[in-house]
Amino acid sequence: MSSAPGSYYVPNPSAWPIIGSIGLFTLLLGFMLFLNEGAAGTWLMIVGAGIVALMMFGWFGTVISESEGGLYNDHVDMSFRMSMLWFIFSEVMFFAAFFGALFYTRTLAVPWLADTDLLWPNYEGGWPTAGPKGPLPIDADTAVSDPAAQFSTIGPWGIPVLNTFLLLASSVTVTIAHHALKHNARGNLILWLGVTLVLGFVFLYFQAVEYSHAYGELGLTLGTGVYGATFFMLTGFHGLHVTIGAIMLTVVWLRCLRGHFKPENHFAFEASAWYWHFVDTVWVGLFVFVYVF
Amino acid sequence: MATAEAAHHDEHHGHPTGILRWITTTNHKDIGTLYLCFSLTMFLVGGLMALVIRAELFQPGLQVVDPHFFNQMTTMHALVMIFGAVMPGFVGFANWMIPMMIGAPDMALPRLNNWSFWILPFAFTMLLASLFTAGGGPASGWTLYAPLSIQGGMSVDMTIFAIHMMGVSSILGAINVIVTIFNMRAPGMALMKLPLFVWTWLITAFLLIAVMPVLAGAVTMLLTDRHFDTAFFNPAGGGDPVMFQHIFWFFGHPEVYILILPAFGIISEIIPTFSRKPLFGYTTMVLATAGIAFLSFIVWAHHMFTVGMPLAGELFFMYSTMLIAVPTGVKVFNWVSTMWRGSLTFETPMLFALAVVFLFTIGGFSGLMLAITPADFQYHDTYFVVAHFHYVLFSGSVMAMMGGAYYWLPKWTGHMYDERLGKIHFWTNTIFFNITFFPQHFLGLAGMPRRIPDYALQFTEFNVISSMGAFGLGLSQLIFVYVVIKCVRGGKKASDKVWDQPRGLEWTVPSPAPHHTFDTPPKIA
Ligand code: HEM
Ligand SMILES: [Cu+2]
Repeated sequence: MSSAPGSYYVPNPSAWPIIGSIGLFTLLLGFMLFLNEGAAGTWLMIVGAGIVALMMFGWFGTVISESEGGLYNDHVDMSFRMSMLWFIFSEVMFFAAFFGALFYTRTLAVPWLADTDLLWPNYEGGWPTAGPKGPLPIDADTAVSDPAAQFSTIGPWGIPVLNTFLLLASSVTVTIAHHALKHNARGNLILWLGVTLVLGFVFLYFQAVEYSHAYGELGLTLGTGVYGATFFMLTGFHGLHVTIGAIMLTVVWLRCLRGHFKPENHFAFEASAWYWHFVDTVWVGLFVFVYVF
Repeated sequence: MATAEAAHHDEHHGHPTGILRWITTTNHKDIGTLYLCFSLTMFLVGGLMALVIRAELFQPGLQVVDPHFFNQMTTMHALVMIFGAVMPGFVGFANWMIPMMIGAPDMALPRLNNWSFWILPFAFTMLLASLFTAGGGPASGWTLYAPLSIQGGMSVDMTIFAIHMMGVSSILGAINVIVTIFNMRAPGMALMKLPLFVWTWLITAFLLIAVMPVLAGAVTMLLTDRHFDTAFFNPAGGGDPVMFQHIFWFFGHPEVYILILPAFGIISEIIPTFSRKPLFGYTTMVLATAGIAFLSFIVWAHHMFTVGMPLAGELFFMYSTMLIAVPTGVKVFNWVSTMWRGSLTFETPMLFALAVVFLFTIGGFSGLMLAITPADFQYHDTYFVVAHFHYVLFSGSVMAMMGGAYYWLPKWTGHMYDERLGKIHFWTNTIFFNITFFPQHFLGLAGMPRRIPDYALQFTEFNVISSMGAFGLGLSQLIFVYVVIKCVRGGKKASDKVWDQPRGLEWTVPSPAPHHTFDTPPKIA
């Protein structure tokens, strides 16, 4: 109701938030029932996810039309940018919890478990490990015949290093696209953003290949002790974030096709690009600490 | 629905009324009111649970509830009070006051602000509904330690998802607060001119964004350990239940500062007004707040002294914890110095502020005792810890909020509250609070364990006293509810300044504060 032109835009009452809450609640309630063998669980989850998707379409649609309608001045734009950066910081801390779990188990918990002779006197520790009761680790990338007795890890120098190049390259291409946008070179913008998208989706495809390799041949699953837990939770949440980032960039790309954004004003583009750089950075951490060492 | 219509934002055109107004509002004052009402409701719900606990502990033996339900009550009481009463309460204050204090037209992201609130009723529906599932609610204590929480029933999943929702709400709310403070200040409102309440909230919001995701990670690991076969906390798979404690308390200790820093802010607003002097040592107050926030990240394992950490760890966490007493002491010193030679009057807000300074300090001292590792081996998991955190949380956070409510109610409603009833509330509340919790220090020192529904006979007297105090404390809150309702409904008209010599922009606008304040930024001297 900031009516005077040029003043800070305060939006009118909106129903999207409450719709979002209902969707989130339904989704989680469904998930909870699903986990506990409740019959309605799956359906509730689908309905909840649908409501959340509806909310996102509606809410972001409103924001886009307000933005294109010129309601946001630089002051509002600054609020958006700051919020995105703090949001990314919260994501960093979310990953920090899982990296923390990885470091703690590797450097403290597993050695302590190996040192004490009380429970499992013959447990040697080391890394990778699936714990005293889990299968034994063998050489990376070697297929196992009996996953109950053995598991193998994924070596860094196959798909993972390729994926590293893909994501790093995509960080470069999204920056090129950004420069193109700033210089109003729309053709280049669409081209390089498109290349970024392709790189992102190829990355996701390779991750999927790797996962099915791990489950199918290497005997490496979420249940493979603390190695499998940290491996899949870290790479899995990262993959989820790449997916979200890729969806964001796709929406931005479609908006570019429609002629949205101006050289001096393109918050959604920048926010998605920042997010993309963030998922890249996390990947580098993963590559170093999960795959290489 | 204000979607496309938003484009031609007519002044109040088509604004919903009645319940829809509250559901769809983007106004910081409306949302602040929602938060405050929610907080008060949860305060009463959590209070009833506490009374179940105290009823059971009135006598040795088992009489009122069975032990499993007792455990559900201790768990739920803490979760409801921490995440439902105290945190949303402070966010309510932030919503109401921060835009007014910094001369902003509203919060930076008003729609997001609405969502931050409206997630909460759903989260608590989920949490409270878990009490009615087969096997009852979560009973592992609010700390949800593995492996106990891994063995629980579906109520644990509901708790986990409720915590996820509260986390989303807190993080979005905190982002809004930070961006509002950084980006929405009126011209001339330099950072070092910000009212201390705004400063403490800035730092609190930072803590929230830093640690709520860590809690989300911790409970996510619980969830996957429960249902997806992971072994984070299972030694048979190479994991470690103690790791849950580390991750939890990495969140947990900053969390206790999230619960107290805004209280420090409120106190720092009230004391200068009723001392008729500016706050003593403003800069050191800001620095002390920042120092406390920094230290809060490196002290977490003082909650785990008895789990068997290496000696170096025990020492490190002991010394770092003791260091926190330094910035905390600076604050107490500054409050006392603000009052020194001031012309003091003792209206209800000031009474609450004084009690907070005094009683919080007692809680700080018992904290210092707990920080001494070898001593904590004796005190850990006893009623001494319970006494400690109620002195900091009830007579710190909660009473600061009550003081803040009396202080700003005239500004919010345009009416003076009933001063006589306010004072009666203060005295009954404060006396019963001490009757309830002071004896718990002795119980703890004598070895009575916490979270157990029965106790040895020698603990009887103090438990009887404590339980009687608790029922008095519960009843005295009804006075508070009555005063608030009465004040909302009517009363002596409040002036714009309300108090004799208050400082801050909020006192320059009319009482009650109009729906929109500072649509054009004020001039700051
Ligand atoms: C002077 C500063 C403080 C110190 C040195 C301190 C120290 C401690 C220590 C060492 C413990 C662990 C006791 C044990 O379990 O054996 C503890 C527990 C606790 N403290 Fe503090 N504390 C301080 C301030 C606070 C504040 C400001 C709050 C909240 C507003 C707080 C809330 C709590 C809570 C909730 C627990 C118990 C957690 C649980 O086990 O459920 N403390 N404190
Ligand atoms: Cu602590």
